[in-house]
Amino acid sequence: MKTTFSRVLLVSVVAALLVALAVSHVGAQTITVEYWQYYYESKVVLIDELIKEFEAKNPGIKIDHKTFPYEQFNQKVAISVPAGSGPDVVNLFYGWVPKYVEAGYLQPLPEKDFPVATIERDFVPMVDSIKLEGKYWGLPTAVRALALFWNKDHFKAAGLDPEKPPTTWEQLQEYAIKLTQRDRAGQLVQSGFAWNADGQDWHVFIQVLLRQWGVTPYSADNKKVLWNSNQGGYDAFKWWTELATKHKVGEPTFMGDYRTAFIAGKASMMIDGSFALGTLKSKAQDINWGVTTLPVRAANPTVQANFGSFWLNSLTVKAQGAKRDAAVKWLQFLTSPEVMKRWLTDVGELPARTALAEDKALLSDPQYGPFLAGLKYAYATFFIDETAERQAVIDATNEVLLRGTDPKVALDALVRKEQAIRDEYYK
Amino acid sequence: MAPSAESSQRHTSTAPAPPTPPRHRAASPRRGLSLRQRTALWGVAFIIIPLAFFLLVRIYPALVAFDVSLRDWNIMKFNKPYIGLKNYQRLAADDGFWNAARNTVLYSAIIVPASLALGLLAASLIQLANRARGAYRMVYFLPYITPTVAVSWVWRWLFFKNGGVLNQILISLGLTPQPFLQGLDQALLCVASVVVWQGLGYYIVIFLAGLEMVPHEYKEAATIDGASGWQVFRHVTLPLLNPTILFLAVLGTIRSLQIFTEIMNMTSGGSGAGDLGGPLGSTMSLVVYIYQTAFYQFKFGYASAMTVVLFVVILAITLVQMKLLNKPVEY
Repeated sequence: MKTTFSRVLLVSVVAALLVALAVSHVGAQTITVEYWQYYYESKVVLIDELIKEFEAKNPGIKIDHKTFPYEQFNQKVAISVPAGSGPDVVNLFYGWVPKYVEAGYLQPLPEKDFPVATIERDFVPMVDSIKLEGKYWGLPTAVRALALFWNKDHFKAAGLDPEKPPTTWEQLQEYAIKLTQRDRAGQLVQSGFAWNADGQDWHVFIQVLLRQWGVTPYSADNKKVLWNSNQGGYDAFKWWTELATKHKVGEPTFMGDYRTAFIAGKASMMIDGSFALGTLKSKAQDINWGVTTLPVRAANPTVQANFGSFWLNSLTVKAQGAKRDAAVKWLQFLTSPEVMKRWLTDVGELPARTALAEDKALLSDPQYGPFLAGLKYAYATFFIDETAERQAVIDATNEVLLRGTDPKVALDALVRKEQAIRDEYYK
Repeated sequence: MAPSAESSQRHTSTAPAPPTPPRHRAASPRRGLSLRQRTALWGVAFIIIPLAFFLLVRIYPALVAFDVSLRDWNIMKFNKPYIGLKNYQRLAADDGFWNAARNTVLYSAIIVPASLALGLLAASLIQLANRARGAYRMVYFLPYITPTVAVSWVWRWLFFKNGGVLNQILISLGLTPQPFLQGLDQALLCVASVVVWQGLGYYIVIFLAGLEMVPHEYKEAATIDGASGWQVFRHVTLPLLNPTILFLAVLGTIRSLQIFTEIMNMTSGGSGAGDLGGPLGSTMSLVVYIYQTAFYQFKFGYASAMTVVLFVVILAITLVQMKLLNKPVEY
């Protein structure tokens, strides 16, 4: 009995060794690239399809796709930094990039695979917000811009032409006043313009209103906050807050948030991103809505501006040697024109390549067209700490709305806060 | 240690001895352990797992927090240098921290007395009821066992400025609608009232138990001596309820100093991160501020310093209350 046992043992050991050898042999040939993104169903489905195609074209490379809930994603990635674990290629919001670069988590795109000059020729201008130390730290597949949504039925009911949305801010204010309805107790029933600070409108203030009121929001090196550098900044902030305080066309928390109010048919106009199209198509079927480019200032109609933002794919320092080569291939595939086209149809986000953004057929699309048109003059804010910067803007508007603080005083205090965030980063 | 050793000894002496193999029995005297020592060993063996768990999960992280509070500890940075007491110095000049601290004191000052008063009132009334006492107890206790997140969201909707149920009621009564959670002066009160409402059942149950403890003869004697109902309550029942009141006060104070879930769910922007802690931080508590600093801004060193301060404050308050709680009550 003893001998049988040792024989069995011997055979199993040999078998195990053979299997291990085989596995290590395969392992030497197959390179696995770990890819992380947050969970968004249409993106996850498309990436899974793309992985199959990519792996078929590139034998020897396997992509390991992992997703996390959106709320936890930044935390998960941040925690993986000191742990030395995590992905080789990671999908990041562009506003987080400075922090991750500072943390030493990312590596710049290799110049031989992604020449800086080619990136700047082929991609929409807003990608320069992730150019740090003269290098690019990733590239987007898709980008987003803002546009004005309006409810055609509300326009008709208020005696406005349902096919003519406002083209200037002055018109927007005038229409919004006409469209706003309150009940006998003075409670807002229909908001003419879904005013908010925490949704998209704080971006509109920084990148659109300020520019159109003659202010460049940040210094060229992004170290100085210039919102109150001339009278235009004060005027823009006053005009923006007066929509809520003087003209009372909207309230920040009406119906919970601006998009819910619009979808519920309780807000006549709102500014939202291209990423909202999917939600609107599926949830706002009962309302008759249109979308158009952001208004300009009547006094200054040639200055167009928009806020752009994007998620990019970056290489982490974990990807080295053969792994980096494989990761670069995956990245080149993800930023190819073919993938961008499919991203637009499947996910609904705008292509990041200029050639596609200027495509005539796409530009004439009634829903994507206004967003694509906005890409040409879209600016992406260089954030240091997006959460803190947004909170400062929300607090400044609440100072004016709830405490009745003079907008000028509130803007000065706001600029001091925003500047302090930058000073701490650049110290 | 002593009680557990004693109790296990008692167990071994009463329970029939398990049949042990002979070689085992021969081995034990050689190890030189007496029966007492062996039972003590068993006692330790039984508590070793909970003890290790407690040390690892409670004590060790708490000590780490002290260490982290002395560093520039950002989760995204590899280098986490010691910076002495800089995080604590920074606290002194942080308006957000002092606002949160002030709010936290306000929460305790509102929640604890209100819960005690309403809890005692309701418990006294329930005790007077001759029928369906259990049903009353259950009705008041239901909110307590409902998940706080769900309770918070329901109240968030009830407090809605436009179309919220409470404002609808006010309007139908011809009163002015209120901003509630959007009001700088009202938001904190709204959150505190929900905490009181939800926790009331717990206070009632504990008070009911306390009231049962009050000997009936004392009240009867006082009544015979001509004391009115109020006098009996004020001079007999209330003093004898002292331990119950103090127990609830300690628990309520600690809980309201750690208030978090209600604020996170009732007063945050739609996207979660936006406008956390109500308009202009009007509902922001210390724990929410700590959470925001640590998990939105990744400044763990600074957040840990605040945690240490909160710990010291809670410890101090608890020690003071414990001193009062241990005061013997004469029946």
